[in-house]
Amino acid sequence: MRLLGYFNYWIVVVLMMVGFYTMISRGNLVKKLVGLSVFQTSVMILYISLGKIFGGTAPILLEGQEHVIYTNPIPSVLILTAIVVGVATLAVGLALVVRINEAYGTIEEDEIHQQDDVM
Amino acid sequence: MSENLPVLQVVVPLLLAPIAALVRRPLLSWLVAMAAAIWAFGASLGLLSRVLAEGTISYHLGAWAPPWGIEYRVDALNAFVLVIVSAIAAVVMPYAKSSVEREVASDRVSLFYTALILCMTGLLGIAITGDVFNVFVFLEISSLSAYALIALGPDRRALTSSYQYLIMGSVGATFIVIGIGLMYSMTGTLNMADLAQRLPLVAGTRTIPVAFAFLAVGISLKLALFPLHLWLPNAYAYAPSAVTAFIASTATKVAVYLLLRFFFTIFGPAFSFDVMQLDRILMPLALVAIVTMSISAIYQVNVKRLLAYSSVAQIGYMVLGISLVSVFGLAAGILHLFNHALIKGSLFMAMGCVMYSVGSVRLDDMAGLGKSMPFTMAAFVLGGLSLIGVPLTVGFISKWYLVQAALEQGLWPVAVLVLMGSLLAVVYVWKVVEVAYFRTPPEGRTVGEAPLSLLIPTWVLVLANLYFGIDAKLTAGVAIEAARMLLGVAS
Repeated sequence: MRLLGYFNYWIVVVLMMVGFYTMISRGNLVKKLVGLSVFQTSVMILYISLGKIFGGTAPILLEGQEHVIYTNPIPSVLILTAIVVGVATLAVGLALVVRINEAYGTIEEDEIHQQDDVM
Repeated sequence: MSENLPVLQVVVPLLLAPIAALVRRPLLSWLVAMAAAIWAFGASLGLLSRVLAEGTISYHLGAWAPPWGIEYRVDALNAFVLVIVSAIAAVVMPYAKSSVEREVASDRVSLFYTALILCMTGLLGIAITGDVFNVFVFLEISSLSAYALIALGPDRRALTSSYQYLIMGSVGATFIVIGIGLMYSMTGTLNMADLAQRLPLVAGTRTIPVAFAFLAVGISLKLALFPLHLWLPNAYAYAPSAVTAFIASTATKVAVYLLLRFFFTIFGPAFSFDVMQLDRILMPLALVAIVTMSISAIYQVNVKRLLAYSSVAQIGYMVLGISLVSVFGLAAGILHLFNHALIKGSLFMAMGCVMYSVGSVRLDDMAGLGKSMPFTMAAFVLGGLSLIGVPLTVGFISKWYLVQAALEQGLWPVAVLVLMGSLLAVVYVWKVVEVAYFRTPPEGRTVGEAPLSLLIPTWVLVLANLYFGIDAKLTAGVAIEAARMLLGVAS
């Protein structure tokens, strides 16, 4: 039961490792970025899970509802910033891949290294 | 105005960045970038003098009291870092004009300056803020703009090295976010001063050591601590010269500042070094970095790459100073932050002059440059002497403090390795000097001296190397005060 209670965190760990492994093991530059994205997404789930309280609702103060439990909004707000950063990182990364493709004619890491070694 | 100086330090450059993009004309964007750099430099000097006179400044953004609102907190340490970043920016901006004209396509110049201002803003923001999540946001501002800047390099390998930096840098930043999130989950606060008070109460839990580990790895990635330095040599070697000069002397320095801030101010020396024993990991890695990276530098044929490897070794010196966890050791590390910024700034700027005139910084293409570019190569030689640590240069001051700090704790093998690093530096600096002065230039090559707009900023930094090498009272004084503050020792 305790293990199941940590369900969100298990997902976080699995996603994080899937993303990390993809980044390390794949030679394709776009696949690496996909791995990075999955990796960053796992952190988003971590933050949101930290703020969640069972039975908690959105933190809006209404009249006559003084004893309602609220979910902590700060982790969600923080991760909103991190999502924006993640999108920006992905955009810069993909733009770089497009230019690498124009310059080298390939987006496979080993073929790029081969071309550079010849020079 | 002056009470709002801490926030204006960051906000003015942040607002000037889009203006530089909107004016579109290269010259106008450059003027905007100059304005941003000069403003930042003036503001940081103002902050430093105020901190030295009145003590720590605490600025509440939007008048929201910390820990609820974001606090900007300026003390001797980060005022010093702010001065380093903005001073280098103020020297690199005038230099950038001609260098960038030659190396970056003209339709991209205004965007180049936008990214450069943003990069500076991000670095200043990391240094000034007292809020850990703010650190992450500014870290990403500076990193994303740095990726774009590096990718603008003239060689196509700039693209792949920028990509590599993006992947590793993002992993580092994400690790830092995880660490911050875990700290928040245990303490419910993001304010540094508040965290420092609350963390000891929960230090026994399993979450805090995990947060500590994530932060240690993430920050080490950002500061290119051996063996997490793989992104650095290529990024420095293929970026446009002005970018290399700026990033090499600021970005890793700010990451070292983060290391100090997180492990001394937030976690506290007692937890970081007595419980977690971070120094036992940092010291061997720093020593390995000093020796192996200096040896790698010797084998490089691209001089910018050679200097990049040497940078990794020099970061080793800073981390070594920190890992001694004594007032002298920390002061040596902090001093070397400033001194290395001057050293590598001047060396990379000299290489930018070579790039401008010759179009290459490969050793073979530099034969005989001592005659055709006397001022550039003289600057390189003086910078090189400083890198080695010859007396009367700043390099000597940092090594002096570092060796003294090592001997103070009876760690004479460490002192020996530091001096060995200097000897290796002699070898790789000499390699360049030999080619430039003692090899005959290829037939029929006509290379002129670099223009004054490049030489003057380069020499400003070279002379600063000598000035602060002779009169180290100001820099050493600030460094020792910052070290005392970090260790919580009364002065």
